[in-house]
Amino acid sequence: MKSVISILSSKLRSGEITSAQLTEQYIKEIEKHNPTLNAYVHLTFDEARANAAAADKLIKEGKATALTGIPFTLKDNIATDGLPTTCCSKILQGLKPYYDATVWSKLKAQGAVLLGKTNMDEFAMGSTSESSYFGAPLNPVDTTKVTGGSSGGVAAAVCANIAAYGLGSDTGGSIRQPASFCGIVGFKPTYGAVSRYGLIAYGSSLDQIGPMTQSVTDAAIVYDAIRGEDKADGTSVPTPDGKTVLNGDVKGLKIGIAEEYFDGVPSDIKSAIDGMVAAYERAGAQVVKVSIPALKLALPVYYIIACAEASSNLGRYDGIRYGFRATGYTSVDDMITKTRTEGFGKEVKKRIMLGTYVLSSGYFDAYYKKACLIRKAVESQMAEAFEKCDVLFAPTAPNTAFPLGYSGGNAVQTYLSDVCTVPVNIAGLPAISIPCGTDKGGMPIGVQIIGKKFDDSRVLDVAYFAEISGLSETADFKGGVRV
Amino acid sequence: MKYRLVSGLETHVELATATKIFCGCTTAFGGSPNTHCCPVCTGQPGALPVLNKKVVEYAIRAGLATHCTINTTTHLDRKNYCYPDLPKAYQISQFDKPLCEHGYVELESGKRIGITRIHIEEDAGKLVHESGFTYVDYNRGGVPLIEIVSEPDISSPEEAKEYVEKLQLIMRYIGVSDCKMQEGSMRCDVNISVMPEGATEFGTRTEIKNMNSISYIEKAMAYEYERQIEVIEGGGKIVQATLRYDEHTGETSVMRTKEDAQDYRYFPEPDILTVVIPESKVEEIKNSLPELPTDKLHRYIDELKINPATAKLLYKYKRVCDFAERAFALGAGVKNTVNLIVGTLYSKLETEEDKEKFVLPVSADEMAALVKLVDDGKINITLAQKTLSAMAEEGKPVSAYIKPEDIAGMDDGELESICRQAVEANAGAVADFKAGKEKAIFALYGFVKKATQGKADIKKADEIIKKLILG
Repeated sequence: MKSVISILSSKLRSGEITSAQLTEQYIKEIEKHNPTLNAYVHLTFDEARANAAAADKLIKEGKATALTGIPFTLKDNIATDGLPTTCCSKILQGLKPYYDATVWSKLKAQGAVLLGKTNMDEFAMGSTSESSYFGAPLNPVDTTKVTGGSSGGVAAAVCANIAAYGLGSDTGGSIRQPASFCGIVGFKPTYGAVSRYGLIAYGSSLDQIGPMTQSVTDAAIVYDAIRGEDKADGTSVPTPDGKTVLNGDVKGLKIGIAEEYFDGVPSDIKSAIDGMVAAYERAGAQVVKVSIPALKLALPVYYIIACAEASSNLGRYDGIRYGFRATGYTSVDDMITKTRTEGFGKEVKKRIMLGTYVLSSGYFDAYYKKACLIRKAVESQMAEAFEKCDVLFAPTAPNTAFPLGYSGGNAVQTYLSDVCTVPVNIAGLPAISIPCGTDKGGMPIGVQIIGKKFDDSRVLDVAYFAEISGLSETADFKGGVRV
Repeated sequence: MKYRLVSGLETHVELATATKIFCGCTTAFGGSPNTHCCPVCTGQPGALPVLNKKVVEYAIRAGLATHCTINTTTHLDRKNYCYPDLPKAYQISQFDKPLCEHGYVELESGKRIGITRIHIEEDAGKLVHESGFTYVDYNRGGVPLIEIVSEPDISSPEEAKEYVEKLQLIMRYIGVSDCKMQEGSMRCDVNISVMPEGATEFGTRTEIKNMNSISYIEKAMAYEYERQIEVIEGGGKIVQATLRYDEHTGETSVMRTKEDAQDYRYFPEPDILTVVIPESKVEEIKNSLPELPTDKLHRYIDELKINPATAKLLYKYKRVCDFAERAFALGAGVKNTVNLIVGTLYSKLETEEDKEKFVLPVSADEMAALVKLVDDGKINITLAQKTLSAMAEEGKPVSAYIKPEDIAGMDDGELESICRQAVEANAGAVADFKAGKEKAIFALYGFVKKATQGKADIKKADEIIKKLILG
């Protein structure tokens, strides 16, 4: 792995290249690869050129930071003032918010260059990005495979070197799983560490923005730039001052292995992770067996809570104030019904109905309330596990990238593939997915490193060991802006 | 058969915080449509609510003033329903853990109307229907409300009226709301049922929504009471329903019945963390509460010996009381102060609102100075009234009307000489008085008043005159 951001940043600061020139290179490569990959759904090249001009000024003035002048992408569910933000849904067609998400205003202030908004499952609901209104993005490693999801567009863009990095969002694995499918790094911070203000909600108590990058170093740089308490998000929390320090020292590190994470995981994925863990052991880490029985229940809990919150969060899309409005209605109620019927895709409708059901009177106690209780059990069992170990190692997904179209006929199977990622969201923990070899078919495998709450820097540091010891290599796409 | 009326009220009170409950927008009434708005209060995708601490504080004030217990660990909930004036399709409210519970409001009879709960929530926007189109104005969206839910303890329209007036009074006293029903900053839903006298089980209730005047509440309740009895007497059954009251016809009609009641799918608001209020904060708020209206009324009557009728005219207006109490503190006598306020100043303040605002160019200092002249017998009450009236109109100090020499000149010797003149000039009246016609003495008072231009202390003059006549 190499730190694309560090390399580009030093080139920019040394004057070897200007941000304007670098931006044009990325634009050229996007125009070349995006028609195939469908990673970007809204291109914001005017904005990118303006951002680059501002960045070059900052660099000249000696005010550059690590991200100044570096082109990147945002998932299409992060609000950008005056620029399309549609959650890849027909119902938000034409929406240009009139305010910026906190993460975007933070990056903009540092001179980041926004190339465009990337593809995703509609409203982040899915694990393949195929429910996008704009069609699925393709996996740059193998274009017959899905990118994973829901932040599939960011994963494809970063993998294909048509963005130096990107911000995704993770509700049940939507950063980590596509990172794993596309062979890149995806980091989901502790719930609250990064402001959600401007992130269009799916499951509010689970959603978290995080970086998707070519290296752990890059993930730490981006994380440092976007984290911290935000007055506009009451669920955000303060994070430690200063840079995240990476030194990759794993001597004495206690790695927890919970068998529950490996149930039904194919042998090639399991042995790839075993190999990685063995390398850590050789460097002085210790393996500790832990048991987290409630993990088995995390998946149903996730689908109940996420869908319940989604059914409420998505109630506002009625065609009255913004986005798509159906025609040929006879009354306000009819307008709202027609708009929602025509504006939402199948997967979104399914989850709204599920969520509405579990919150309905008569079913609330049996589903939603029970799910909240089990959520507490997952939280406390994971906290207990962390009394015995510093981090947990687990597969990011029990499978590598599906073939395109597979999930359509295998909905339950696709839901089940979230089994390894959702516990982290349920418990609000930080977790990173880094590449960990490939399967028999050459598709990337991801290993997940999970930490306790607010232990984000430890998670990054543990992953950094893999980066500096050559244990983890990102997928090598032969195209785009190669540095 | 005789029927008992059973009623409980749900009262929405807009809180007078400067900004909205979840964003920094102003709560000012009016304004061009959609100008007091931002991404948060119009529910733009991705925007998040942040709870205004002042709202919690105000609601706790309201709770403490109505003798509630405060839930110091509480949370907000989403109430999901779809309506164009509700931009998120859910209202952030409180469901199973309201901020305040188990209070009461005491009526003058001593009867207590129980308060079940008080919770905080956001107001919705407003639909404007114009020439066949419907427009939405979100200025009011996100204005903080408290909903005060009473127990079904109200048993007549008169009690409902008094209960609402008392609530209004309390909320104004503690400064959490102006409670203007005509502007919608106070609105009531009236739950009402009837049951045969002596019965133990409540009848089926109906709910009259959105009443915005006390007199309509009384009228609607009276109408609904009669209507329900008529249905029952006619062998029918009351259908649980939400009703609207037509101010023009004075009748209620059905908006929706229980069958199409909404399922609000309440669940805890994930965007706002659990609210934990330190006990010390509750104490601090408790200590900052002013004397409450009922306590003040009792103190006025029992301790200050103000006659009950006058005390009732005063205690309803907190600013008037503050003014009077400042004058008392400056040494003005209670009786003359309150009589001058009720007799003279109230004539300048015609409406309830005028008295509520109490804007007059008379300071408590000047008021006290004037009252002290009366207290000390330097001027009589009639002159004081005339002077105060002029002060209230012209905004000048007492000294502009009553010169020191006017007062200083009226020593006892001078008064006695005037009284002597009065006796001499009114021989007939003196004779009548001596013959037992007590009222004849008024002629002599009149003489003294005229001769002293009203500055004489008639009480003193009375003593002197009687001494002169009767020896």
